[in-house]
Amino acid sequence: MKYTLSVLVENHPGVLSRVAGLFSRRGFNIDSLAVGVTEDPTISRMTIVVNGDDYIVEQVTKQLNKLIDVIKIKKLNPKEAVERELALIKVNANSQTRSDIIQITEIFRANIVDVSKETLTIEISGDEDKIEALIELLKQYGIREVVRTGLIAIERGTKVITKSKSEEDD
Amino acid sequence: MKRKMTVARAMVEVLKSEGVEIIFGIPGAAIYPFYDALYSSDIKHVLVRTEQAAAHEASGYARTTGKVGVCVATSGPGATNLITGIATAYMDSVPIVAITGQVNSSLIGKDVFQEVDITGATAPFTKHNYLVKDPKKIVKVLKEAFYIASTGRRGPVLIDVPIDVQMQEIEFELPKEIDIPGYKPKERGHPLQIKRAVEAIENSQRPVICSGGGVIASKASEELKTLVEKQKIPVISTLMGIGSIPTDHPYYLGMIGSHGQKEANIALRQADLLIVIGARLADRALGDTKITENMKIIHIDIDPAEIGKNVDTNIPIVGDAKQVLSEINKRISERKDFWAQEIKAQKKEIKEDGNLHPYDVLKEISRAYNGDYIITTDVGQHQIWAAHNVYIKEPGTFITSGGLGTMGYGVPAAIGAKFGRPDKEVISITGDGSFQMLLQELATIKREQVPIKIVLFNNTRLGMVYELQKKRCTGRFIATCLDGNPDFMILAKAYGIESLRLESKEKLKEAIEIMKNHNGPFLLEVVTSPDEPTIP
Ligand SMILES: Cc1ncc(C[n+]2csc(CCOP(=O)(O)OP(=O)(O)O)c2C)c(N)n1
Repeated sequence: MKYTLSVLVENHPGVLSRVAGLFSRRGFNIDSLAVGVTEDPTISRMTIVVNGDDYIVEQVTKQLNKLIDVIKIKKLNPKEAVERELALIKVNANSQTRSDIIQITEIFRANIVDVSKETLTIEISGDEDKIEALIELLKQYGIREVVRTGLIAIERGTKVITKSKSEEDD
Repeated sequence: MKRKMTVARAMVEVLKSEGVEIIFGIPGAAIYPFYDALYSSDIKHVLVRTEQAAAHEASGYARTTGKVGVCVATSGPGATNLITGIATAYMDSVPIVAITGQVNSSLIGKDVFQEVDITGATAPFTKHNYLVKDPKKIVKVLKEAFYIASTGRRGPVLIDVPIDVQMQEIEFELPKEIDIPGYKPKERGHPLQIKRAVEAIENSQRPVICSGGGVIASKASEELKTLVEKQKIPVISTLMGIGSIPTDHPYYLGMIGSHGQKEANIALRQADLLIVIGARLADRALGDTKITENMKIIHIDIDPAEIGKNVDTNIPIVGDAKQVLSEINKRISERKDFWAQEIKAQKKEIKEDGNLHPYDVLKEISRAYNGDYIITTDVGQHQIWAAHNVYIKEPGTFITSGGLGTMGYGVPAAIGAKFGRPDKEVISITGDGSFQMLLQELATIKREQVPIKIVLFNNTRLGMVYELQKKRCTGRFIATCLDGNPDFMILAKAYGIESLRLESKEKLKEAIEIMKNHNGPFLLEVVTSPDEPTIP
């Protein structure tokens, strides 16, 4: 199973290495980890996708909570969250294949962001499955390079995860 | 009121405001401004002979006083020498603050002379650590460090301060309160869980309490005793939990685990309810987690991450042991029978023979002092001998490296303990291997005239490993014979420390009397057979 954790941390140098270090040290697997500053510049949000069972997720949550720089952790329910990942895919393209690739790109509502004589670079955002599906289709043309951000996620509706409600989740 | 001063001065001011009376350390170029500021304060500084000892001494001090122990080192090698001591404190949840100097902040990351990334290195085994680059932050950081070290599940915090930062001027003002958004330790147990726990205890046939170091740290011994006596529950302890209840208490069965007492392990196997209080239940305590599969488990711990980590828990209670136990005691009924009566009665007495055994010595020490001492141990057979045979009357008077199992801990911890509790006799029980890991601290003992007693079991072996090789490697002994040991009597003399060698049982009582009556530091070497087993 994959679980998505939304983690608020203090925006200090070194926090990322503490979090990442904790994962390797305790033998947890991270699928992806995306970080960025929030509406409050003193706080960053990490979206962490972990692979494991309930025990692993509980341990990850508890161990993360022990880090002084970690303010809040919430396990997101995929049904109640919007999850997105951004990918840039550079694919081989020549005069014969170019229009096919453009068509596929349109079907996926992705964008072509760079063109050269031999390649097209496609930008796509969406959930993991959508990105996987596009990559799968583009494989036949020869993929040169893929760059992905890892998942970010936010709860649907008016719910928010903020610093002030820090007791709620433990 | 704001005052202008250097960061180094401000550091000393914060230490004073935290009630720090003593610091253990060794200076160096990267920490000299701090030492210079210390010169004109009345905080005592103990010059140790290696930084690892500074951390252990701070730890011994913290464990006997309940206060935060402080140790200091310079950058690079000074800081790395602290590491084993910091990790030891982390595993045993001992509150210490370690202050290290760092190279000039403009040079950080350039591999200059005596630079090391000590915050990176210690991240896995500090509760938190800081590299202070902004002079304005020093006061807040130090205050936070003391707060973090001494609250919740306690532990070491390290603060690394570049030398140029130490020399800068700031406006000094103590913060009114500390607010760390990500750190809000929970002291009170959840009322519903407490209610469930009470029911579970009352409905159990064969409850057992496993008491850990957390009971001692939270000063919950009285509450533990009340619960035990009301419900007549046998108590077994981890190595860290020894002393959480007096070892001669009628319901105390001993230490559990691979090196534990038989009675304690039998009781654990027969239990239908296990109440774990302030213990991790690591592999060495439990051996096999399967034995807990068919019992109910209540787990009380201040650190939520401990609950459910090593064993599945039915009733988790996050909170301070003292708080939680007193809530349970308010609600719990009285029980009549002590189910573990028979197990306790089976306790076998060791047969007397004419030879001098370690347990004879430890029992004689217990008798002569009647528990009025603080015992520290090192790591090895002697540690287990002590755990089984020394009478421990009060919580916090048995000090050992239970988590990391650090050889070399005992003597420095005893020095720290004696500084913390000068009114108490402090006896360090050590082995010839462990003793030689930090024996340079004899110089600290000499210089400061620290009147501790060292009982050195000399079996010319790394006994614990030698015993393992005997059993598991069918006697293929490698690297466990300590040929080349010094003459410990001459060694003690070199440091101006009185000593005595004990070789026969007839001299036992007399030797202990001599040690007891000696005013000042004393080394008692006990000549021990290499084949003495850990558990007779
Ligand atoms: C720093 C360190 N190194 C190695 C070990 C592994 N070890 C555990 S017990 C032991 C032997 C201890 O010998 P000694 O202090 O003489 O005590 P004895 O077992 O003989 O009583 C060793 C080497 C350890 N625990 N700590």
